[in-house]
Amino acid sequence: MIRFAINRLLQAIPVLLVVISVTFLLVHSAPGGPFSADKAVPPEVARALEAQYQLDQPLWQQYISYLGDVITGDFGPSFKYPGRTVNELIAAGFPVTAELALYAMLVALVIGIGAGVVAAMRPNTMQDYIPMSAAMLGICMPSFLLGPILVLIFGIHLEWLPISGWGDIPGDKILPAITLGTGYAAYIARLSRGGMLEVLSQDYIRTARAKGLSESLIITKHALRGGLIPVVAFLGPAFAGLLGGSFVVETIFQIPGLGRFYVASAFNRDYTMILGMTIFFAALIIVFNLLSDLLALQLNPKLRQQARGHH
Amino acid sequence: MPRPQYQSKLLSLTASALLLFTLASCSDHQNNVTAGNLSGTLHWGNSTEPQSLDPHIATGVPEHHIISALMEGLIYKDGETLEPRPGVAKSWDISEDGRVYTFYLRENARWSNGDPHNAHDYVWSWWRALQPALGNLYAYMYFPIENAKAYYEGEISDFDQVGVKAIDDFTLQVRLANPTPYFLQLLDHYSLFPVHRATVEKFGTADQRGTRWTYEGNMVGNGAFQLKEWKINRRITVERNPYYWGADNVGLNQVVFYPTENVTTEERMFRAGQLHYSGVPSDKIATYREANNPALRIQPYLGTYFYRFNVDTPQLQDKRVRRALAMTINRDQLVTQILKGGQFPAYAITPPGTMGYYPESDLKFDPQAARQLMAEAGYPNGEGFPTTEILYNTSEGHRKIAVAIQQMWKKYLNIDVTLLNQEWKVYLDTVSNHHYEMARAGWIGDYVDPNNFLDMFLCNGGNNRTNWCNPEYDRLILEQAPTAKSHAERLTIFAQAEKILLEDMPVIPIYVYTSNNLVHPSVKNFGRNILNQANYREMHLQPEAQGAPQQ
Amino acid sequence: MDASSQSTEQHSSLWLDAWLKLRKNRLALFGFAVLIIFCVVSLLTPWIAPYGYEQQDLMLGATPPSLEHWLGTDIFGRDMLTRIMYGGRVSLMVGFIATAVALVIGILWGAIAGFMGGRVDALMMRIVDILYALPFMIFIVLLMVVFGRNILLLFVAIGAVEWLTMARIVRGQVMALRKQEFIEAAYSMGLSQWAIIRRHIIPNTLGPVIVYTTLTIPSVMLLEAFLSFLGLGIQPPQSSWGLLINYGVETMEEYPWLLIFPGVTLSLTLFALNFLGDGLRDALDPRAAKD
Repeated sequence: MIRFAINRLLQAIPVLLVVISVTFLLVHSAPGGPFSADKAVPPEVARALEAQYQLDQPLWQQYISYLGDVITGDFGPSFKYPGRTVNELIAAGFPVTAELALYAMLVALVIGIGAGVVAAMRPNTMQDYIPMSAAMLGICMPSFLLGPILVLIFGIHLEWLPISGWGDIPGDKILPAITLGTGYAAYIARLSRGGMLEVLSQDYIRTARAKGLSESLIITKHALRGGLIPVVAFLGPAFAGLLGGSFVVETIFQIPGLGRFYVASAFNRDYTMILGMTIFFAALIIVFNLLSDLLALQLNPKLRQQARGHH
Repeated sequence: MPRPQYQSKLLSLTASALLLFTLASCSDHQNNVTAGNLSGTLHWGNSTEPQSLDPHIATGVPEHHIISALMEGLIYKDGETLEPRPGVAKSWDISEDGRVYTFYLRENARWSNGDPHNAHDYVWSWWRALQPALGNLYAYMYFPIENAKAYYEGEISDFDQVGVKAIDDFTLQVRLANPTPYFLQLLDHYSLFPVHRATVEKFGTADQRGTRWTYEGNMVGNGAFQLKEWKINRRITVERNPYYWGADNVGLNQVVFYPTENVTTEERMFRAGQLHYSGVPSDKIATYREANNPALRIQPYLGTYFYRFNVDTPQLQDKRVRRALAMTINRDQLVTQILKGGQFPAYAITPPGTMGYYPESDLKFDPQAARQLMAEAGYPNGEGFPTTEILYNTSEGHRKIAVAIQQMWKKYLNIDVTLLNQEWKVYLDTVSNHHYEMARAGWIGDYVDPNNFLDMFLCNGGNNRTNWCNPEYDRLILEQAPTAKSHAERLTIFAQAEKILLEDMPVIPIYVYTSNNLVHPSVKNFGRNILNQANYREMHLQPEAQGAPQQ
Repeated sequence: MDASSQSTEQHSSLWLDAWLKLRKNRLALFGFAVLIIFCVVSLLTPWIAPYGYEQQDLMLGATPPSLEHWLGTDIFGRDMLTRIMYGGRVSLMVGFIATAVALVIGILWGAIAGFMGGRVDALMMRIVDILYALPFMIFIVLLMVVFGRNILLLFVAIGAVEWLTMARIVRGQVMALRKQEFIEAAYSMGLSQWAIIRRHIIPNTLGPVIVYTTLTIPSVMLLEAFLSFLGLGIQPPQSSWGLLINYGVETMEEYPWLLIFPGVTLSLTLFALNFLGDGLRDALDPRAAKD
């Protein structure tokens, strides 16, 4: 297992390098620069700004010096916010986005697994159809549709929940987490239903039933571990999806996270910010994928064998 | 590991979720507005995270709001009339020829850390603002001062030659290159605010852009409030400055600025009682109006929305074509059907009422005459007129107008026009490089004077961007207007210049802006003015008997 | 019986079985019917739409459903039914074309990797793994910002994200197939590798591929809608269901029909595709129970 992990981490290095290089090129080929402004920028000022941010150097030189900085963990100054470093801005926004993704994931897992297991217990009956239809609805309703509707109902008309901010008012984390997590709850419901159905039809489950074990014990002690494997496999892509989905939810609920920042930085041509966040996200996803793969290995002895065989 | 843990975990998660939910439902009794009214805290929806709070670097309205709470100039403008009121300067004299201003500073003026505040601060600050390395985009606000332009552009290198001197600790004398009637107004613009030298120099050199001197815990200002906290992307809180000379009359204890980033979200926050002040999306204005909601404030705003022509485009070189295009826009229809924000049609580039200035214009909606002009120019019934492109920066509002105008031109002149939208930065580049045929534009006045609008279109105007150049126009604005003997004479000269502009029509004025906001009735002394500038030192909060107004 | 005709026999009985099963699944049939109807309407839109695409009536403004305008009008006075029909053309086109891009790349990649095996396979799948790790939303945002909102680029960008899973599925199938006897027989008959891939491997992988394709289209359409929300998707004057929904959300309280009709249409299409995909999956491989 350790060797597997180390191997994957080593593989991550060329990946990150590709990410940095491609992003760097893309960012510098975008038309419009960080200092174009509505008021005419006098040429001396433009020159001074460019010199300060090393934009007047040849591209390859900027690239090399940027790589050098990244290796030491310095993502550079933000172009848009003078005096702020990218590290500082990421440190301010990331805990928020991470918390949002975590809560959304919790919502998704709790509702999804719950619904999927319940449905699998009595397939093709109402107990199956209702949760699965609800799941379908969740998949087909995008968060930028669900969010404003929830805001309207629970925030403005009923006034039960706050509709913006994160951590300022008690309860302001509920609506965003639900909005972001619902789509994934739906997928997880389907996955867990499928996985559970497959496991429940196995012989050893029938044996357990014959032995007289209660249904809930069968499910929790025997079936869940195998039945949830597809869910675990989905965790990696789900996490990446949550990060991407946070862009939209953070805009709707005015949440001071990285997602909202990212789109704004792209529009503002804040080069260092874009690069810094892209690298950060990529590294995060790589680590998370590794963790979820490790978890999958743990749960599925067959895969573990395969992994040992390979490495 | 015992599996039943799953079940109990599930139960406890559900239980805590329900608990959160119940807690949350109890929270609405103390929303921001209600709590704020009792504690004197104003909650202000402020669109975007400020780029910088350094008054010599910042540009933009959200930055302005915060800076105007933290700092003050020699004068400040009255919240309603925009008349200059004594700020740091308790009084001033203006010489006969209008070129020398002498300011007498208050002796009890202090910085927010208790340091004394005097005339030397101004000399140093204005020197700093004109350092090229700082990248001050508002440096041109200093140019009425004698030799300021020359110093900034490097023609002279001795700042002593620039017309600002500290005669003694509390007397500041400013010499202008020409009599400039709007000079006092300029003093209330943040680029002419003083900065605390010791703090700036503690965090870097004077001309170093973007140091940490404005951050939480560091910033020192001379305004009614001081910076308490700056949580990036969440909120900026300012609290009253006990050293402010007028602290006894400041009605608010705190102001909290929220970078909402999205006006729809901001409006919802207002409705949910989380903000005292917010913007309002144009689609919702009608609803507020019909409900006669007292929170809705629509007032004229000193700005014009217009289209630029790139007059070098072959089919647009003939000014008859340009005039025809300008005459087939039904501005009344645009304003009532599409904008719905109480805006006014604009038939000249300078908003009417600017310092008593009412530009004459013979521009009006006249498709008949326009068709005639097009025929004379060689495009009878639009035949042969090549497809032309309107460029605008991505925004629903601009698109609505562009689509409407496209339709109008098709209907009345039978010409084809395509629309191109570009994202803000790209659009700025395209326009400054003159790579467009027609482009949407807007200009908000920095100070209340026709000069601010008309000097855009000087031959060498950095904001011209139309390739239009008229030496007579330049002469009127640059040479004649500054030497006018009276305000009335000056306005007459401006009117002449504007006439030339409208005759040649390098731009099509479309409408005059309004500022549309929602202000909670508990905010008193809000002050409505055409610059939409907030005067936090004059406001106070009065708790209401009833709850927040419903949508 | 020679090897190739044996596989064809397996072929037809598999498809026949699948079709019979599918017919019994009412939800899937319903989905199929909806899809066909929408596609036909989209194709015929330029001829059957009640109003012109850009036909405005500024004085009219937004009006609720009425006899002249079955689904109401938007703030420009444009007929919503027409807008939704034209929007459907774009949305479905994005869905199908982007998925097709993903399909072609994915099938080729997966088939070649699975068939070649060994080091070629290892390398190809390593690349897939690497690409999987990248934050694609971020790249799409960046691409859109850099290259402008070109609809062609949109297809390519979305397709480039979705082909990875397709490649994995195809490779898995191919590897399983390779070991089967009829392939060995085909080899011994002297068929070239390429012919084998074309005539035997690819047709037999079609099952999971079809299922996955049907399920990719809805996620592609959703991705397009997300990008529109951020201002990066389809640009006016073209419109798509995603864009219409975004406009509708902003005026949700004043003019709810601007949101409801495009929302229902998009959701219905997504439902239909999902039900169809589920049905196909159940029909083609009843024991397959995962994504």
